[in-house]
Amino acid sequence: MTEQADAPLIIGDEKFDSRLIMGTGGAANLEILERALVASGTELTTVALRRVDVTGGTGLLDLLRRLGIRVLPNTAGCRTAAEAVLTARLAREALETDLVKLEVVADERTLLPDPVELLDAAEQLVDDGFTVLPYTNDDPVLARKLEQTGCAAVMPLGSPIGTGLGIRNPHNIEMIVAEAGVPVVLDAGIGTASEAALAMELGCAAVLLATAVTRAADPERMATAMRRGVEAGWAARHAGRIPRRYWAHASSPDPDPGPA
Amino acid sequence: MQIVLNGESHEIEGDGEPVLARVLADAGLPARGIAVAVDGEVVPRASWNEHRITDGARVEVLTAVQGG
Repeated sequence: MTEQADAPLIIGDEKFDSRLIMGTGGAANLEILERALVASGTELTTVALRRVDVTGGTGLLDLLRRLGIRVLPNTAGCRTAAEAVLTARLAREALETDLVKLEVVADERTLLPDPVELLDAAEQLVDDGFTVLPYTNDDPVLARKLEQTGCAAVMPLGSPIGTGLGIRNPHNIEMIVAEAGVPVVLDAGIGTASEAALAMELGCAAVLLATAVTRAADPERMATAMRRGVEAGWAARHAGRIPRRYWAHASSPDPDPGPA
Repeated sequence: MQIVLNGESHEIEGDGEPVLARVLADAGLPARGIAVAVDGEVVPRASWNEHRITDGARVEVLTAVQGG
C-alpha cells in the first residue's frame, strides 16, 4: 500500500503519529519502563492479562494513563483459539478497549504462532467487534487470510519472540507488504536499531518491540535509538532510494582534461 | 460456602448466594482495571450487581501486567 511520508499510522479507528509500538514486558521496574516509554515516543503499548495480586496492583495502568499512552492488551500465553478469545474478552472488560494483539502460540520453545488456531480466533474476535492485530508468521498467505477475515493490521514476526535475531526473511516481509491493504507491523525478533530501520525500509507501517529495549543494558538509550531507527527507515522508504548497480558510478564530475 | 478465587479456595461469609460485586469488594479487589470470569465465562461489569455466585464457583479476576 502506498502512503504519504507524513501520514499518521491508522489502525482501525485509531490514529498514531508514532510508528513505534512498545511492549512493556521485561522491564526491571516501572521507573525504568517509564523512562524507556518516554524515550521511545510510543503512543501505544502492549500489556498482558494475569490474575490480580490481591496484595496490591502493579501500578502499570496508572503509569500508562499518566503518560497518555494507549493500551494494547495481548493474549500472550494462549495456545488455543478458545483461550485467546476468552482472554481478549476479559481484556476488553478490564481495559475498556476493542484493540487486541492476538497471540496464539504453538509451543513454549519456539513461541511461533499456531496458524490454524490464530485464524480461528481472529474470525471469532472480528465477529465480536474487536480491532484485531494478529501476531503472525512471516507467511504471505496467512497474512492475506488474516486480512480477509477483517483484521485491522497484520503483524508478522522478524524472528522468534525475544531472540533478537532480526528479520530472517526480508523478502517474505516485502511480499506481505506488497499485498496488504492494512498496516503491516513488524512484530518480534528486533534486536537493534538497524533492524527496526530495515523493517520500515521494507515497507512496514510500524514496528512492535519490547525485549530489545527493556532488556538492553540501557533501556532508555536503546528506546531512543529505536525511535530514530524507525523514523530513519520510514523516511528512507519514502525518499526513493537509488537503484543498486553492479559497477561504480562517480559522484564527482569527470576530471578536467590534462594539458594538451 | 466455598468458591475458588484465582485458583485458591476462598470462604464466603454469610447466608445465601452473594452477587459478584459483593464477593469482589469483600476480597478487597479494586473496582477498576479488572475483568472477571466465572466458570470460564466473562461477566460484564454491568452485570456484577446481579450475577449470583454459587457454591464451588470458579472465579477468575484479572488485570493488566507488563507483557508483550
